[in-house]
Amino acid sequence: MTERYDVLVVGAGPAGLAAAQAAASHGARVGLLDAQARHGGQVWRHDVRRGAPRAARKALDALARRRVEWLPQHQIVAAGRRTLLAETPQTAVRLVFGALVLATGARELLLPFPGWTLPGVTGAGGLQALAKQGWPVAGKRVAVAGSGPLLLAAAATLRRHGAHVLGIHEQAPATAVSAFARQLWRWPARVAQAAALRATLAGVPYRFGSFVRAAHGIDALEGIDIEDAHGSRRIACDMLAVGYGLVPNVELAALLGCATDDAGTHPRVQVDRMLRTSVANIYAAGELCGVGGLAAARIEGAIAGHVAAGAIAAATDLLPARERERRFARLLARHFALDARLRALADGDTVVCRCEDVALAALDGFDDARAAKLATRCGMGACQGRVCGSALAELGRFPRGGFRPPLFPARLASLAAADLSLPDSSIPDLST
Amino acid sequence: MNAAGVVRLSVDGEPVAVPAGSSVAAAVARVTTRFRRSVRGEPRAPVCGMGVCFECRVRIDGVPHQRACITPARDGMQVNTDD
Repeated sequence: MTERYDVLVVGAGPAGLAAAQAAASHGARVGLLDAQARHGGQVWRHDVRRGAPRAARKALDALARRRVEWLPQHQIVAAGRRTLLAETPQTAVRLVFGALVLATGARELLLPFPGWTLPGVTGAGGLQALAKQGWPVAGKRVAVAGSGPLLLAAAATLRRHGAHVLGIHEQAPATAVSAFARQLWRWPARVAQAAALRATLAGVPYRFGSFVRAAHGIDALEGIDIEDAHGSRRIACDMLAVGYGLVPNVELAALLGCATDDAGTHPRVQVDRMLRTSVANIYAAGELCGVGGLAAARIEGAIAGHVAAGAIAAATDLLPARERERRFARLLARHFALDARLRALADGDTVVCRCEDVALAALDGFDDARAAKLATRCGMGACQGRVCGSALAELGRFPRGGFRPPLFPARLASLAAADLSLPDSSIPDLST
Repeated sequence: MNAAGVVRLSVDGEPVAVPAGSSVAAAVARVTTRFRRSVRGEPRAPVCGMGVCFECRVRIDGVPHQRACITPARDGMQVNTDD
């Protein structure tokens, strides 16, 4: 099956929704797809108890009035020229596009430490997402740890779902967090947001310079070791939600040949000021261009959507707003920089590649992801290195390896459906 | 989903009810902490909550390796862990 769109948007988070809305406002036939069953992405994820946030509902209402085809549970597994191959729970479909807006967002940075594979240890945003989709946390003792403002948002969601949040352990020192807070007045909406979170979290300890050194348990989590300036102590808990910030999801962009900026620890998609990638007719918006937060994602989505539909003037009007939000992102990155000790938490026996159970010591001597993969299977499993590859890059071992199709594990029938016979578009080349 | 806004399914043969809109992961969590075994036999459960890490893989209606965290729970589903 093949569908054609003037503008195809990958990812239905804030950036993708804004892109679809902007492109459709100029009369383009727009397709909006996501691997998830609902719109919203991560930050606007629907909550089984509270619904979607108001801003998300407004964005969806606006979209409903436009000519946008919603393609839920579409996982992109391969790409060819002007064509994506998507797998759905039932079938596979080829999506042919005139212009493509990539809004694939970011995932959490998960760092290995002893015990991190125990059931009960999740990402911070990870447990937030699970709870919003009905994961039972009521009455559970939950420790929240890692870095960045996401910890507060996660803790607030968990508390609203009835969890007993034992504490929030921010690895950044108090001096860095208060220096960050002193700059916040420049973004008044952020001040209001922070105040609302603090109100929800009244009574929950927020510790700085504090991190999880190890998790303990037999078949599931029973307790964690918390380290701070006063030393290490063990606390009993049922769940640990720990995340160290976000990593751009660049896999699809890289597969399409879009240049990435590899200067930092984690690659991000290179775009010009109009959000054009290095490949003609492919645009990128939001976190995959460098983690910038919700407001930046919405503005960039709108810019990319306008440009993809050929409306340069409408996009240009939004450029100053974008720059303002990107300044906020740089502020965040500076003040929540990771403590070097976090890169030394895993010992030789700690599993780094969770898919293939490869311990850190097995990777000693490798300075290249591909060589390590061939010798140890590290990064060869179902997540295809999304977890261990980013962690190993952060640990300073080696950068994440190349991106090859299929982008996600796919059914043979889906790949077979990457029928190469259509004249107007090439087939995904699965041999590279 | 029935009128009460509850979805009823089975996890490892046990009947489970979850609020409408819940994921399969939320249903499994009500029955067991172990979603799958790793290649070395360790118990594993969801981590990322967003379809990236693949630690939540279960068998749904006979189809193996389905990500429980991004699959909506539906009435009558038969879910099996520990494949």
